[in-house]
Amino acid sequence: MSQKIAIQVDDLTVAYNYKPVLWDIDLVIPEGVLMAIVGPNGAGKSTLIKAVLGIIDPIAGSVSIYGKPYEKQRKLVAYVPQKGSVDWDFPTTALDVVMMGTYGSLGWIKRPGKKEKKASLEALEKVGMLSFKSRQISQLSGGQQQRIFLARALVQNASIYFMDEPFQGVDASTEIAIINILKELRKAGKTVVVVHHDLQTVPEYFDWVTFLNVKKIATGPVKDIFNDDNLTKTYGINYKVAVNK
Amino acid sequence: MSITEYFNLLFTDYTLRTITLGTAVLGAICGMLGSFAVLRKQSLLGDAISHAALPGIAIAFLITGAKDSNILLLGALVSGLIGTFWIRGMISKTHLKSDTALGLILSLFFGFGMLLLTYIQKQPNANQAGLDKYLFGQAATLIESDVLLMVIVTGIALGVVLLFWKEFKLLLFDIDYTKTLGFNTKFIDILITFFIVLAIVIGLQTVGVVLMSAMLLAPAAAARQWTNSLAVMVFLAAIIGAFSGVFGTAISATQNNLSTGPVIVLVASFFVVISFIFSPARGLLFKQIRLIKNRRDLKLKKTLQFMYGIAQTHENIEHPHTVRILNNFQGFTQKSLRKMEDNEWILLNKQKWSLTSKGFAEAQNLFNQVAQHD
Repeated sequence: MSQKIAIQVDDLTVAYNYKPVLWDIDLVIPEGVLMAIVGPNGAGKSTLIKAVLGIIDPIAGSVSIYGKPYEKQRKLVAYVPQKGSVDWDFPTTALDVVMMGTYGSLGWIKRPGKKEKKASLEALEKVGMLSFKSRQISQLSGGQQQRIFLARALVQNASIYFMDEPFQGVDASTEIAIINILKELRKAGKTVVVVHHDLQTVPEYFDWVTFLNVKKIATGPVKDIFNDDNLTKTYGINYKVAVNK
Repeated sequence: MSITEYFNLLFTDYTLRTITLGTAVLGAICGMLGSFAVLRKQSLLGDAISHAALPGIAIAFLITGAKDSNILLLGALVSGLIGTFWIRGMISKTHLKSDTALGLILSLFFGFGMLLLTYIQKQPNANQAGLDKYLFGQAATLIESDVLLMVIVTGIALGVVLLFWKEFKLLLFDIDYTKTLGFNTKFIDILITFFIVLAIVIGLQTVGVVLMSAMLLAPAAAARQWTNSLAVMVFLAAIIGAFSGVFGTAISATQNNLSTGPVIVLVASFFVVISFIFSPARGLLFKQIRLIKNRRDLKLKKTLQFMYGIAQTHENIEHPHTVRILNNFQGFTQKSLRKMEDNEWILLNKQKWSLTSKGFAEAQNLFNQVAQHD
C-alpha cells in the first residue's frame, strides 16, 4: 500500500471490572480514509475511541499517530464526543463552545484572541451555524448542538478526527450537512474515524470500515469487506436475512 | 438598634466593622467558588468537606491545647482535604456512586469529630469551652487577624480563578475533551477542589460545619438564574454572597444578637427564592406569563386561520362576513375580535368582519413561521 499510515493501534485491551471490553485490538488506518466503526451495543466502539485518545486508561496496548506516540501528536487529533456527554444547560454561548477548540493550541493560561475568534466564526459558518453564534447552548436543538461540536473540532485544524456517533438523534438535513463536511475533510487529505450505527448508510458514506465486537472482526475498504459474512460474525445474526423477513 | 443605626455604627465601631468585612469577604469567596461546585454537580461535596473538617479542629486542639483559630483551621484544612481525597478515591477505586461516597465520608468524619468534641469537653481543662462554636459558627468571635486571613485567601483564589479561567471553564463543560486537548485534568481538578476546601475551612468559624455548604450553593444557585454567561454568574454569585454576609450580620446584630451564621444562610436562601421566581429568563413567574401569553396568541391565530379559510373562497379577500359565521368555531370572543382589529388583521363593522391584506399575509405565513422557528 502506498498510503501513509495515520493511526496504528497495537494490542489495545481495555477492561471494566475484570470484564474485557476491548480485547487485543490491532488496527492500522491509512491516511485519508473516512472510516466507520460498526458493531452491536456494548461492542466497545466508544471505548475504542476513548482508549485511543487517552480518556480511558487501557490495560495494555499502544497508539501511534503518524509513527509517533499519541501523547506527542495530540495537536494532530481532534475529538467530537457524543453530544449527550455534556450538560447543555452550562452557561455559555455557541461561539464560546467552538472557541474551546482553540484552547489546545493556545496551551496553559494564554487566552484566545482575535485570531482564535476569527477561526471559530469561520468554523461556525462551515457548519451553517453562524447566525446562532450568541445563542445560549441550551436553546439549540439536538442537531444544532451536534453541529457546534463538529465546529469545535474543525477549529482545531487537525489531521485526524475521531467522532462518537455524530448522527445520533439528528434530522436528515443535519445528517447530510455533517456527512458533506466529513467528505470534504477526506478530500483535504484528513483521516476521519466515526462510530456509526446505521448499517444502511455505511456503503454510501464511508470508504473504510472496522467491524468490532470486543475483538476486531475485520477492517478494510468497504467495497472489499462490507459483506454478509462479516456482518454475521459481528452481529451474530444474518443481518440481511433478518431485516428482509 | 435599628438597621440604619447599625450602618452608621459600621463606620465607627471597630468590632462591627471587622465582623461585617469578614462575612462579606467570606460570602464573596464562597459565591465565586461555589459556582464551580454547582456547575460540576458537586453541590454536596461542600457539605461533605465541611463536616469532614470537624475532627481536624478537635485533633488540632488536642495536640496543641490552644484555641488559636489559625491552628484549628489548619487542622480543619488537613482533615477536610483527607476527606475529599477519600471521597475521590472511593469513587474511582470502588463502584460506589458519588452520593454514597459523599454520605459515607460526611457521617464518618462528622461522627468522629463529635466523639472527639465530647471527649474534649470532659477534660478537666477550662480552655476547652467554645470549641462547639465551629458547629454552628459564631461571627462575633472574628478578630482582625481572622479577617486578614480571609482577605488573603480570597485574593489568592481570585488570582487563581483569573489565571486558569480558560482551563476551569473547559473542565467544567467537558472534561473528556479537556483531556484530549492535552491539559492535565487531574491538576485542574485538584486546584479547583483545593480552593473549595480552603473557602469552606475559612468559613467554619463564622458559619459553622453544619450550614457551610449553603454558603457555597445558595449564591451560585441564585446567580445562575439571572445569566447565561459563566463570567457573569461567578461575579454575580460573589456579589450575592457578599450581600448575604453583610445583611445577615446586620440583621443578626440588630435583632437581639441572633446567631449570625444561620441568618446569613437565610438571607442567601432568600436571594435564591427571589431568583427562582423573578428571573426574566428562567424564573417561574415569567415562564408562567409567557405560557399564558403564548396560549392567547395561539388562540387568536387559530381564529385568524379559520377566517383565512373562509376568505380564501372569495375573490376579494376583504369581502365582509357576519360574525355569526364564526359560531361553529369556538375560538373567538368579542375581546379577541377587538384584539385582532388592534393587530390590523381584520376590520370590524357592526356584526361583520373582513380580513385585511395584513391579516391575510399573516395567516398565510403562519405555518412558514412555525417551520422557521424550529
